[in-house]
Amino acid sequence: MAENTSLPVYTKKDFESGVDPRWCPGCGDFSIINQVQKALPAAGKKREDIVFISGIGCSSRFPYYMNNYGMHTLHGRAPSFASGLKVSRPELMVWIVTGDGDALAIGGNHFIHAMRRNIDLKMLMFNNRIYGLTKGQTSPTSEIGKKTKSMPHGSPDAPFNPPALALGAGATFVARTIDVEGAHMGAVLKAAAEHKGSGFTEIYQNCPVFNDGAYTAITEKSVKVDALLRMEHGKPLLFGKDNKKGIRFNPQTAELEVVTLGEGGVTEKDVLVHDVKRDDPTIAFMMANLALKPGFPTPIGVFRAVSRPTAEDLTWQMIEAAKTKKGDVDVTKLLAGGDTWQIK
Amino acid sequence: MSKQIQQVETVTIRFVGDSGDGMQLTGTEFTRANALAGTDLATFPDYPAEIRAPAGSLAGVSGYQVNFGSREIHTPGDAPDVLVAMNPAALKTNLADLRQGGILIVNKGAFTEGNLEKAAYKTNPLDDETLKHTYKVVSVDMSMLTDHALQGSGLSSKETARCRNYFALGLMYWLYSRPMEQQLEQIAKKFGKKPQFVEANQKVFKAGYAFGETAEIGLARYEVPASKLAPGAYRTVTGNYAVALGFATMAKITGKQVFLGSYPITPATEILQEMAYFKEHGVVTFQAEDEIAGIGSAIGASFGGALACTTTSGPGLALKAEMMGLAVIAELPLVIVNVQRGGPSTGMPTKTEQSDLLVALFGRHGEAPLPVIAAQSPADCFWAAMEAMRCAVKWMTPVVLLTDGYLGNGSEPFKIPTAAELPKFEVKYQTTVNHDGQYMPYKRDAKLIRPWAVPGTPGLEHRIGGLEKDSMSGMVSYDGMNHERMVLTRAQKIANVVEDVPDVEVYGAASGDVLLVSWGGTFGSVRGAAEQLVQQGKSVGHVHLRWLNPLPKNLLEVMKRFKKVFVPEVNNGQLAFYLRGMFPGIDPLQYNRINGKPIKMAELAAKVLEVL
Ligand SMILES: Cc1ncc(C[n+]2csc(CCOP(=O)(O)OP(=O)(O)O)c2C)c(N)n1
Ligand code: SF4
Repeated sequence: MAENTSLPVYTKKDFESGVDPRWCPGCGDFSIINQVQKALPAAGKKREDIVFISGIGCSSRFPYYMNNYGMHTLHGRAPSFASGLKVSRPELMVWIVTGDGDALAIGGNHFIHAMRRNIDLKMLMFNNRIYGLTKGQTSPTSEIGKKTKSMPHGSPDAPFNPPALALGAGATFVARTIDVEGAHMGAVLKAAAEHKGSGFTEIYQNCPVFNDGAYTAITEKSVKVDALLRMEHGKPLLFGKDNKKGIRFNPQTAELEVVTLGEGGVTEKDVLVHDVKRDDPTIAFMMANLALKPGFPTPIGVFRAVSRPTAEDLTWQMIEAAKTKKGDVDVTKLLAGGDTWQIK
Repeated sequence: MSKQIQQVETVTIRFVGDSGDGMQLTGTEFTRANALAGTDLATFPDYPAEIRAPAGSLAGVSGYQVNFGSREIHTPGDAPDVLVAMNPAALKTNLADLRQGGILIVNKGAFTEGNLEKAAYKTNPLDDETLKHTYKVVSVDMSMLTDHALQGSGLSSKETARCRNYFALGLMYWLYSRPMEQQLEQIAKKFGKKPQFVEANQKVFKAGYAFGETAEIGLARYEVPASKLAPGAYRTVTGNYAVALGFATMAKITGKQVFLGSYPITPATEILQEMAYFKEHGVVTFQAEDEIAGIGSAIGASFGGALACTTTSGPGLALKAEMMGLAVIAELPLVIVNVQRGGPSTGMPTKTEQSDLLVALFGRHGEAPLPVIAAQSPADCFWAAMEAMRCAVKWMTPVVLLTDGYLGNGSEPFKIPTAAELPKFEVKYQTTVNHDGQYMPYKRDAKLIRPWAVPGTPGLEHRIGGLEKDSMSGMVSYDGMNHERMVLTRAQKIANVVEDVPDVEVYGAASGDVLLVSWGGTFGSVRGAAEQLVQQGKSVGHVHLRWLNPLPKNLLEVMKRFKKVFVPEVNNGQLAFYLRGMFPGIDPLQYNRINGKPIKMAELAAKVLEVL
């Protein structure tokens, strides 16, 4: 029987569960869910084939507000559920929603292994640099010296840089966007949805209650043109007013540097062209670390999107190969494998 | 001297040597010979935790015990009738177990000054007269005879030394009158890719056999006739293999995917390794980054509709506790296999223990009951794995299956079921809405079981998770009354599983003086002890528990028929503690061994006699 497999025409509403999100007023999570619900109609998947799996934290309430299949699991463990589900049912589109504490503290081990395996999982990590749900403790992305309820004298611990960590762990897709940059986020989510493989998207998210203004230094209207660098595949890495500034690779120092077009003979040709498909992650890693250097902009957009066979596809190829080799093995043959003997 | 063959009913043989001496191989090969000869049997490998302890050291001794016979065999045997010791350390650590008058075969060649020193022998025990008075000692220079047999073979002295175990095996073939051809074929198969090793091992094996034939070693030959096992086809299985086979069989009979998420840990690792070979049968294995991810991946797969399982041992079970709670509240089917080992913490990883009963029953936070069942023998692991999976899927619940190192590594004949003897079981997913045009994931049937709707089913989109759920929609609910209702409902659902729990059957006396109550891997020892006592005319009964939760309906009534309840366990009294709590008024006597070894029948029988 021929089945009509063409996709229904969805609107944003089709992805709303009807449950009102219970985030604090002004929480960045609202804008993120809004963009995700907007992006899904174009994801090329039936609603019932999309699954959202989350850990524990404010952000991880996300699946309840979506009208898909979903699981709200345990603190830090979402990647393990998602991995099992995706390997078992590769035809499903599996998203992970997690927070900086969830993914990088308690879930650090699951996070790096999900990234290294290259299972097709689309992880969205809402980074508010604080523990929201437990009311304001230091997270693995909090800055050194940051005063929180659990570290009133300031944090002595160096933070993770999430995209760099994901790249180091072998993620084949790594991106960053910001809750207040709706259009930008929409484009990044589209790229994340299209990527097949371990995908990591960091979303800077404001927590007005426990870490308000964490990103104002780069998102305020007055500063963002110099503070944000919007990476686009195939385009030179330019930023600043009138795109006058650029990123150049200096072969003498083996570092990236900021140059200004027209100064010291610098032209657009000197500026690094962004290439998300570069197999070697070194430049992507440098870009991910860029914002840590004083005077450098914070790059947003896709750092890397390379294509590799996914773990679930390899798994099923092995299963198919075993089936082809062994033929149709019935249960009698399964049970009688090895040395057998008869008792009469 | 006449080489008459004596018939014996059962024999227990233990091979012991350095962990590099190939004792596990020798043991399994000899087991195979007896299996093919149709005897019933049980085996018990006992190996050190160190992969390679220093050669010749006491810590590096590896052993393999096999008990075979023409009557029913319950255990690998208490005291060996024959001890084959390949070096002084092996002799030192095992001699005390050899029964008085038993046969002691030693590789004299390994009793060098250096090896004696490593085993802390001041003088050579082979020179000790009392040894010869207590046992039938056959002292053979296997090292030298192997060297002789392989002269001119071109093998290095190291390679030659590795063939020694085949000398011992050949000698045992002669002693127990087993046909050599099968073994020669087996060697050809095993070393097929390296013809020089085929030839060398066959030569040494034949030399061992010929040595028995020609040397005046003063031993009679024996024969253990075939047993009266039920007619049918058989193979030997270890408990770990049988678990894997049971799960693969579930995939076959249901046509559904079996998904195993697991992380290696002794002594459970083989289940993962074996299941990885069952790909063509519908088994998917996922080697996770730790135990938590092992069970997490399995729950994820279960959400997706797979028959999910995870395998581990004690420390891994501890890590899985939080996830088990999630599976309880999410009411998703899952089997958690725990191959118990010595604890606490990393304890004695290669030694057996039954010490995870209480953690299996209660080791989760909150009110989180789940069914617990235990396998009773290596072959029974097959049936227990299938039963656990059926229970999990039917009742939408995680189920703990307890085995242990003794069952997992031990082996026995497995009567291969015909397709008709396998259980029939159909897995059903919810495909339609179930309440006012909506899907309610927590709307239960009369048995309190919730429906299983899997991603990919249009119209049944829903969210579940670890937070308390509304009793219909499954949405998060902080309503106290709803929580109470849900806790009680989940408990009642697990209590309802009792409809699938058969009544216990009493072996021996139906009522009387002492009722032995056992669970799990001690079945063979306890049944063996009970048989001895019943034969002596004692008023002793035995019940063995497969179901630990829920407990069988008639258990209390059966226990009340006896003056005393006696619980033997390889732990410090966990079942006894549980029974006291479940059945006020029942106060079992206990017999506990926690020395890393299975309970011996004779010792247990003696203890029961003391309280009779
Ligand atoms: C095993 C366990 N440990 C601790 C907690 C408590 N806990 C819940 S959420 C959370 C931190 C969440 O922070 P983050 O991931 O940054 O998410 P946010 O709430 O900020 O979105 C912690 C510590 C828990 N639920 N489970
Ligand atoms: S605590 Fe912060 S992260 Fe959590 S909901 Fe409130 S604003 Fe959002």
